[in-house]
Amino acid sequence: MKKPNDFNTTHEPTWCPGCGNFGLWGAFKQALAELDIPRHKIFGSYGIGCSSNGANFTKINVFHGLHGRPLPVAEGVKMANHDLTVIALGGDGDGFGEGGNHFMHACRANHDIAYFVHDNQIYGLTTGQTSPTSAKGIKSKSNPLGAIDRPVNPIALALSLGATFVARGFTGDIPHLAKLMKAAIKHKGFGFVDILQPCFTFNKHNTHQYFRERVYKLAGNDTSDFDKAQKLAREWDREDKIPLGIFFQNESEPVFHEQLPQLTKETLIKKKLPVNLKPDFQSYI
Amino acid sequence: MKINNFNWKIGGPAGFGVMSSGLMFAKACSRAGLFIHDYSEYPSLIRGGHNTYQVYVSEKQVHSQRKIVDLLVALNEQSIIEHLDELVKGSGVICDSAKVLFDKKSLKKKGIMLFDVPFNKIAKEVGGDEIMRNTVTLGATMALTKHDFKYLEKIINDQFSDKDKSIASQNIKAARAGFDFIKENYNIDSFDFFLQAQNNKPQMVVTANDTIALGALNAGCKFYAAYPMTPASSILHTLAARGPKHGMVVRHAEDEISVINMAQGASTAGVRSMVATSGGGFALMMEGFSLAGITETALVVVEVMRSGPATGLPTWTDQGDLKFVLGAGHGEFDRVIFAPGDQEEAFYLTELAFNITEIIQSPVIVLSDKYISESHLSIPFFDTKKIGIDRGKILTETEAKKLGDKYKRYQLTKDGISPRALPGQEGVRIFLNSDEHDEMGYSEESIQNRLDQVAKRAKKIKAAGKLLPPAKLYGDKTAKITLVGWGSVKGPILDAMQNQDLKKKVNYVHFPMVAPLPANTKNILAKSKKIVLIETNSQAQFADVLRAGTGIEVDHKILRFDGRPFYQSELVKEINKI
Repeated sequence: MKKPNDFNTTHEPTWCPGCGNFGLWGAFKQALAELDIPRHKIFGSYGIGCSSNGANFTKINVFHGLHGRPLPVAEGVKMANHDLTVIALGGDGDGFGEGGNHFMHACRANHDIAYFVHDNQIYGLTTGQTSPTSAKGIKSKSNPLGAIDRPVNPIALALSLGATFVARGFTGDIPHLAKLMKAAIKHKGFGFVDILQPCFTFNKHNTHQYFRERVYKLAGNDTSDFDKAQKLAREWDREDKIPLGIFFQNESEPVFHEQLPQLTKETLIKKKLPVNLKPDFQSYI
Repeated sequence: MKINNFNWKIGGPAGFGVMSSGLMFAKACSRAGLFIHDYSEYPSLIRGGHNTYQVYVSEKQVHSQRKIVDLLVALNEQSIIEHLDELVKGSGVICDSAKVLFDKKSLKKKGIMLFDVPFNKIAKEVGGDEIMRNTVTLGATMALTKHDFKYLEKIINDQFSDKDKSIASQNIKAARAGFDFIKENYNIDSFDFFLQAQNNKPQMVVTANDTIALGALNAGCKFYAAYPMTPASSILHTLAARGPKHGMVVRHAEDEISVINMAQGASTAGVRSMVATSGGGFALMMEGFSLAGITETALVVVEVMRSGPATGLPTWTDQGDLKFVLGAGHGEFDRVIFAPGDQEEAFYLTELAFNITEIIQSPVIVLSDKYISESHLSIPFFDTKKIGIDRGKILTETEAKKLGDKYKRYQLTKDGISPRALPGQEGVRIFLNSDEHDEMGYSEESIQNRLDQVAKRAKKIKAAGKLLPPAKLYGDKTAKITLVGWGSVKGPILDAMQNQDLKKKVNYVHFPMVAPLPANTKNILAKSKKIVLIETNSQAQFADVLRAGTGIEVDHKILRFDGRPFYQSELVKEINKI
C-alpha cells in the first residue's frame, strides 16, 4: 500500500502559503495512495495555471500542456491506452473559460477519465483577474468596477451536459475531498469534481471563512435522481448554501472507448502497425 | 481520328450528380487500361450553383487537366454558356434541348457538334426518375466515344452495390437508353474521338486526400482526429470508413484546438497520430502546434490549402499558406514540411512523415492543396514496403525499467534527441512539459538550462538527414530555362514540358519539401541560366524562401491566384513569352 508522500517529487510546491492547492494536492495524493494503482499506470493531464503547476510536484506520468486543454490531451491518452488511469486537472479559468468547449463535449462523450477543477473563482497565476466562476460584482484587475457577468455554475453546467458523475469538494475538508476524488477516479465514465479552493492572495471574497460558513456535506441524497441533483446544484445561487459531495452518478451509460469495436480486444497502443492495404487499393479501381 | 486522347466535361447544378458521374466515367476509362486525370470545380453550397467535373483520358500517364473540351455534357443551359470558350471545331455538346433555350445555330457555326439527347425525359421514362439524367448522358458519352458499354455497366453496378439492386439495374437501363439513343439518332463516326481499351496494370483512381489517408494507414497510424473543413474533409471520411478495420481510432472532435491536443495525447501514449485541416483550421491549431515543438511530441499535420485569407474561396485551390506553415506556432522550433507534387508523392511522403516525426520528435507537416487533394489520377498500386517503419528512439519496456528513476525525457544527447519512454512502462515517470523544462521535464527557467534546451531542440532536425527527399530535376540538364515549383504545380509543368507548342528548352526543378530546403537545392540550381518560379499565390512566396535559404534569386515569376490551377496550355504561352 502506498502512502500519499510516495507521490511527492524532488520538487517542493511553489504555491503561496495557505493556498487551497495544498489541501487539494494532499487529497489527490491520498486518493491515489488509497486506490493503490501502480504509479506508472496513472496519467495526469494538466492545464496551465497555479493549479497545474502541480504537474511538477506530483509523481505520476504527466503532460503539462496548454491553458484550457487538459481534457483533449487526457481523452487522446485514454483512447490510445485505456489501461491507464487518466485524470485531467486545471483551474476554473482553464476549464470554464479557455477550455469551455472541451468541457461541454467531454461531459457528453463520457470518456472514462476524471476531471478535477481547482475552482478558486479567480485567475491566480496571472495575478488576479475575474474568472468565469467569480461572483457578480467582484472587483478585480480586469473588472475594476466589478464583474458584470453572472458566474458559471459548474455543477449545473455538468449536469445539463450529461456528465455521469458530478461532485463538489472543498479543500478545507481533505478526507472528504479525497473520498470524492477516489469515487470520481473509480467511476466508470467522466468523473467531474468541482473543487472549492480559496486563493488567499487574490480572492478576498471567496475566502476559507466564506466557504466554512456556507458548506455542508450531502448525506443520504439519491445520487441517481437527476432532478434532485439539478435542484441541489442551484442551492448556492438561491439559498447561499453550498452542498458538498456527489450530486449525481450514473454508471449505466457506456463509456466512450467501450463503444469503439476496434478497442474491445486490446488497447490501441497494442495494435500491430503494418496493415494489409491490398483490399483498399483494389476498391479504388 | 483521335484515339485515346479525349477531354470530357460535365456541368450542372449541385445535386445533379455531376461529381458521381465524373468519377464513374473516369473509372470506366481507367478500367479499360487508359490513363486519366480529373479535375472538378464547385462553389461552397449544397444545392444549385454550377459544378463541373472534367476527365482527361490518354493512352499514356497524364498529370493535369486540359483546357479544350472535346465533349461537353451540359446538364443545364448555364453549362454551355460558361464553357463555350473551351469548345472548338470538332468538339461535341450533349444537351437536352427541351431545357436549353440557347441559340444552337451559333454552336454549329463554330463547327461544334450538337448531340441533342432528351435525357430528362429518358431518365424519367426508363429509370423512373429525372435524377438519372446524368447516367443517361454517361451512356451517350460511351456511344459517342465508341467506348465499350460494359465498362460503364460494371462501374454502375459497383457504385450502387451497397444499395437496393433495383437502383443499379435502373441506372444501367438509363445508361443503356442514352447509349442507344445516340446510336439510333446520330452517326457516331462523325464525332472523331475513340476510346479503345488497352493492356495495362490495374490502376487506382485516387485523389491526394485518398493517398494521404492510405499513406497514414500504411505507416501504422492508429489515431486520427479532425474537424471537418474543405478541402481536407475527405481524409476524415476515408479514414472513418477504412480506419477501424485496420485498428485505427478516428475522432471527429469538437474543434481544431481539441484535435491537435488530443492527437498529442494519443501520440504521448505511444500511438502514431495524425490530424488534417485547411488553413483556417490550422490557424486554430497554432498554440497546440507550438506545444508539440516544446514537448517534443511526434505528430503528423496535414494542411490542405485553399484560397484565403479567412474563409476566402473555400472550394478553390491556392498555395498561399506557404509562409504561414513555415512560421506556424509561436516560439522557435524546427519542423519538416513536405509538399507532395501529386497523388503518388502524397502517399510516400505521408508515410515518410510518420518516420521523420518520430525520429526527430518534432511535428511534420504534409502541405497539400485543393487541386491535388480533390483531383483523381490513375496510378498503379503503391509499394507498401518501400518506406518501412522507423519509430526512432522509443524505449522498450525492459530498457525503460532499467533506467527507472534515472530516466530523463529531455536528456541532452549528441544528436539532441532524447530516449522516449511511454506511459505505462514500469519504473519510469513520463513528464512532458510545455514550460521550458530541465532534462527530467521539471519547469526550469535558469539561463544555462534554457540555452541547453534551445540548442538541443535545434540539433534534432539533422537526424532526419538523408531520409529527407531531395529536389528533383526533370528534363534536360543543359536547358537554358529552369522552371521551379513546389507541391501541386508539378503536374501542369510536366505536361507543359511535353507540349508541342512549347518553343523554349526548359527543365524543371521540383521541391517535394519546403522546410528544410532540400540539401541539394543550391547544387541543382547552380547551372540554371534563368530561373522561372511557377506558383499558385500572388506574392511568389517561394521566391523569398529560396532567397532566404540559398541566396538564389528567381528571374521570372508565373503566378496564378484566382483559385484555379495552372493549365499546361497557359503555362506554355507564358513560358514562350520569356
